[in-house]
Amino acid sequence: MVTQNSPKTLYDKLWERRCISTSEDGMSLIYIDRHIVHEVSSAQAFEGLRAANRQPWRRDSVIATPDHNVPTTDRESGIEGIADDISRIQVKTLDDNCHDFNIRQFDLKDKRQGIVHVISPEQGLTLPGMTIVCGDSHTATHGAFAALGVGIGTSEVEHVLATQCLLQRKAKNMLIEVNGELHPGVTAKDVVLYVIGQIGTAAGTGCTIEFAGSTIRGLTMEGRMTVCNMAIEAGARAGLVAYDQVTEDYIKGRPFAPKNALWDKATAMWKDLHSDQGAQFDLQYQFRAEDIKPQVSWGTSPEMVMSVDKLIPNPALFEQKSEDYQKALNYMGLTAGQAITDVTLDRVFIGSCTNSRIEDIRAVAQMVEGKTVAKTIKQALVVPGSGLVKQQAEDEGLDKIILDAGFEWREPGCSMCLAMNADRLMSGEHCASTSNRNFEGRQGSGGRTHLVSPSMAAAAAIAGHFVDITQDGVL
Amino acid sequence: MKKFLSHTGKVLPFDRSNVDTDAILPKQYLKSISKFGFGDWLFDDLRYLDPGDVRTDCTTRKINPDFVLNKPQFENANILLARENFGCGSSREHAVWALKGYGIRVVIAPSFADIFYNNCFKNGVLPVVLPANVVDSLFKLTAQHESIQLTVDLENCKVSYGNEQSWSFTVDESRRQNLLQGHDEISITLLQTAAIQDFENNLKSSEEWLFSQ
Ligand code: SF4
Repeated sequence: MVTQNSPKTLYDKLWERRCISTSEDGMSLIYIDRHIVHEVSSAQAFEGLRAANRQPWRRDSVIATPDHNVPTTDRESGIEGIADDISRIQVKTLDDNCHDFNIRQFDLKDKRQGIVHVISPEQGLTLPGMTIVCGDSHTATHGAFAALGVGIGTSEVEHVLATQCLLQRKAKNMLIEVNGELHPGVTAKDVVLYVIGQIGTAAGTGCTIEFAGSTIRGLTMEGRMTVCNMAIEAGARAGLVAYDQVTEDYIKGRPFAPKNALWDKATAMWKDLHSDQGAQFDLQYQFRAEDIKPQVSWGTSPEMVMSVDKLIPNPALFEQKSEDYQKALNYMGLTAGQAITDVTLDRVFIGSCTNSRIEDIRAVAQMVEGKTVAKTIKQALVVPGSGLVKQQAEDEGLDKIILDAGFEWREPGCSMCLAMNADRLMSGEHCASTSNRNFEGRQGSGGRTHLVSPSMAAAAAIAGHFVDITQDGVL
Repeated sequence: MKKFLSHTGKVLPFDRSNVDTDAILPKQYLKSISKFGFGDWLFDDLRYLDPGDVRTDCTTRKINPDFVLNKPQFENANILLARENFGCGSSREHAVWALKGYGIRVVIAPSFADIFYNNCFKNGVLPVVLPANVVDSLFKLTAQHESIQLTVDLENCKVSYGNEQSWSFTVDESRRQNLLQGHDEISITLLQTAAIQDFENNLKSSEEWLFSQ
């Protein structure tokens, strides 16, 4: 039993701060501070509000942007310029709903438009201590700010719009600690892929994962967002990192961040957003940074991942999972014992809410400067996460480096992460992708996704296959 | 919402673990802005041999005869049986709309992904967690007989196979009541309007920055 004075985890604190009531069976009513809306999971929710003659409870808590289904080229004419009628109707429906219900939208023509999980932190709309929901499972990303971010379904979108609350059962506390110094070239993405490879995609089911340890503390906010983003791939609905100076420095001065006296009051309160000494976790894992090499996924689940210098594993070694693993290898057109660096790649995708922030674009530019994309690569895409990331990269001249190397430089959106728009793989193609899911067909029917970090994807584009970027002479 | 008390139906054995929502409903169908019409696209990649999108007339598509859902003995099956971590991946409620649209009323598995599990309740589809060994024996039973019928009784939280065998399961009481009574969750939450308002007013003074846009 947690009492007032017993040590608490960060998750316990966030939960208690927003829990309005808990029924006898353990379902709690949680107050929601920020609700982020996009075109794919909201139309039916707004329709539900209309049908029941309801209005949003608190409009100023809601922000909207189209991202999942927007084209990444030819954006001058806005919504009207979307070639695919069905996509256009969906984006237009969001636009209409935002007008009808008077909700703030960063629309297709707004510089601030972009992927939901990129723009909210960028604007200072994601703040520590908040509860944040979005009709998208990668809402876990916002946990990097010591905020409780959870992905919800469309009925829950409607529920939160109508009541400002979410019905939830408290999850278990899981701690994942990573300590030590990363090898040069090993990034936040490799850390989280490695962890998922070790614990499996179902390990976090029913849990909130707090990522801690010196390696995590040493990451930038961008890196922490990458890690929390993939908490859902470890089965957890939410991921968290404690508040510290890095968090504070990132937020300060952002457009919607508190200012002056309110800033002082806010930061004083945020300082408590960490797990107390001696807090109890239901499950714990510990990893060493030095064990982590650049990671590449070889299968159709994020847990099917390996170090770039290893051979593709033999499914027979995975006992009850061997059948699934063999199926995955068949789908991927790979064989056990093959070096992952021998796989010929067809496309490269750098983008998504996992890795499309300025730091990611910088890493790509650094890797490809003065080099050229391999002739065998049919397409290499860089899709910045927001209009502001794009602008910043252009201000730094990164777009030029990237274009000169033979990549395409696109407008912001989810793009080939889920291939709802025109950006997609053809059947059988292998893609080095900085996104978060390698499910069958995720990036296009029959497409074969290999999840990697931005630096690994960039190096793979140049070589035409994966390379171990920690080897001498590559970095 | 339609009430759910007890349901008897044919089992559709889908022998896979980690079935993700992309497999349940591929993303090209997320473009629809309606809640209806997703049934024809359930397990689309596995079910059809040719690709389709929102515009395709499914009656003209090539059926994959090897996929379980297309086998004649499982026609009109409405209880889906699967392995662990069913519904992982994206939060798309469209996956549940596809199951529901196809006619699935119950999904039985040893475990479910959290968001999918929640989404089921909102749509009157009952997710039932049974231990892995029980699920395994249900798969064996369906393999032995052409197909089997199960009764899923939410009033007594029991799954039964004929008069011979039954297994109990648990569901959160509030969720169970909502399904049994066909309640709309929003109306139930709005009964607490005063409490929500009080809570919000307190926040306005303790964390004003949340309200100052
Ligand atoms: S980038 Fe990919 S994972 Fe992220 S919100 Fe968009 S579709 Fe989802």
